[in-house]
Amino acid sequence: MNRKFGRLKDTLGFVQIGLSALVTIGILGLILYYILLKGIPNISWGFLTTGFDSEYHGIADILLTTIFIIGITLVIAVPIGVFAAIYLSEYAKQGRIVRIIRFSIESLAGIPSIIYGLFGYIFFVLLLGLKFSLLSGGFTLSILVLPTIIRSTEEALKTVPKSYKEASLALGASRLYTLFKITLPSALSGIMSSVILSVGRIVGESAAVFMTAGMVYRLPGSIMDSGRTLAVHMFASANEGFSFDETWATAAVLVILVAIINLAARLLTRILSKKFSMGKG
Amino acid sequence: MQKKKLLKKIASYGVEKLFLLSACVAVLALLVIGVYILVSGLPGMFKIGVGQFLFGEKWSPSEGYYGILTMIIASLAATIGAAVIGVGIGVPTAVFLADIAPKWAVRILRPAVELLAGIPSVVYGYFGLVVLVPFISNTFGGAGNSLLAIIIILGIMILPTIINLSELAIRAVPRSFVEGSLGLGASRMQTFLRVSLPSAKSGITASIILGVGRAIGETMAVILVAGNTPQIPGSILDSVRTLTINIAFEMSYASGIHREALFATGVVLFAIIMILNFTLQAVLNRKAGTRKRRRAGVKPR
Repeated sequence: MNRKFGRLKDTLGFVQIGLSALVTIGILGLILYYILLKGIPNISWGFLTTGFDSEYHGIADILLTTIFIIGITLVIAVPIGVFAAIYLSEYAKQGRIVRIIRFSIESLAGIPSIIYGLFGYIFFVLLLGLKFSLLSGGFTLSILVLPTIIRSTEEALKTVPKSYKEASLALGASRLYTLFKITLPSALSGIMSSVILSVGRIVGESAAVFMTAGMVYRLPGSIMDSGRTLAVHMFASANEGFSFDETWATAAVLVILVAIINLAARLLTRILSKKFSMGKG
Repeated sequence: MQKKKLLKKIASYGVEKLFLLSACVAVLALLVIGVYILVSGLPGMFKIGVGQFLFGEKWSPSEGYYGILTMIIASLAATIGAAVIGVGIGVPTAVFLADIAPKWAVRILRPAVELLAGIPSVVYGYFGLVVLVPFISNTFGGAGNSLLAIIIILGIMILPTIINLSELAIRAVPRSFVEGSLGLGASRMQTFLRVSLPSAKSGITASIILGVGRAIGETMAVILVAGNTPQIPGSILDSVRTLTINIAFEMSYASGIHREALFATGVVLFAIIMILNFTLQAVLNRKAGTRKRRRAGVKPR
């Protein structure tokens, strides 16, 4: 009797596990269904290549704005992030300073984008007087993506086999020479992957952007001008009640972009890990 | 010759310090963020009165009422609800991925989870607005903009976090534990419940804390489905306003004490997030400790 009951419980457990997996797939399926079915048919050449003035609420200017803000953010965040990762993986010894640095990185990663947005508004927009501008947005975003870059670059550096570095050092190369000629080139695809990952985050980000770069719907004339990125545009068009067609189309462009970016990042990571697993065999 | 060597030494020293400095940017950024959120938020909170601000039920800037109790409650309710959904679906899915799933299922499910993680929050919000809100309205009545809509959207959004990290934790359970349990005649389900899940407990806890942090800080997805009325929800079908919405919603036209009250809302949110961060790090550190003991052959606690 007891045994039978136990078996029933087992079966119920498996059913719950199987159902949960199905629900996860189902949710994704439902979201993709809407995006693909309602979004993709509404993406037209005109929608992608015109600005606000035309018959469409075109997104050409918005795509360009997004690219500008990505550029500004990367110029600031990539050197700092990569250098920080090099320090953590190649130089740092366990100790108080490293613990504090790691705690800060983890904490930054846990801060939600609205707080970044609020901080950017208080600090860059108001205090430094940068106003709602691409520059304010870029500064804010570069703090936001810093943990992403540092963590994944560190991962990439760690995959480089110790023997490579030791061989170089044993041949009399200096530590710096080894870093720039051996370690960094070996981990290059992983570092690229970390940069691409952070591009994905920037593209998907909205709360931190609209509070610092504003929402002006036109091509910004300079980095001191306000502009809206694709994700912010998506929010604005949902909020301002553009047609469903246009908003779904924007959603589709956004999701496809992010998916491609994440896929590229994953492929690069895989290239890196394959390179060294083959070398070991 | 000597000079060249010295120059090289200096360069190497300088570069190392440059790396250290870059790493310290993260510390500096965290400090500056913390300081400026506090410095610009606290004065407003004191002007309004801390008790008045935190426990006031009425938010009406035009009449001079700045109480955020309704939003604290809404944020907590939404987050707890989302965590229930996220854990209820996420942890079993993680068990499935880690232990049970045949290869072909993993090959479908894992990219699916990645894709879910990559979808931007605005898209979730819009999905909620045009699909979920009408569905709730048709099924349960009311406007559909509700606490329930927030809970479902947030529950979906934290799924990938919970699935990925819980799966890692379950995979990290030593094979010998599982085999030992099976060898003693326990069924697979008993082994999951009594051996795998308890051993992976701290990892799963960490995944839940991370998910909770994401849920309580989410803004753009929530703002589109919440209805944004600052009231204590009587049921999950009521419209609510979360802390995050309050910051994002009124900032564009707020000024004076009103704006300071919004900054102060940021302080409350920031404090909650930092408490979660500290808890998370404590859990992770304890986990690292357990692993070390385990490797050293000491019985895990």
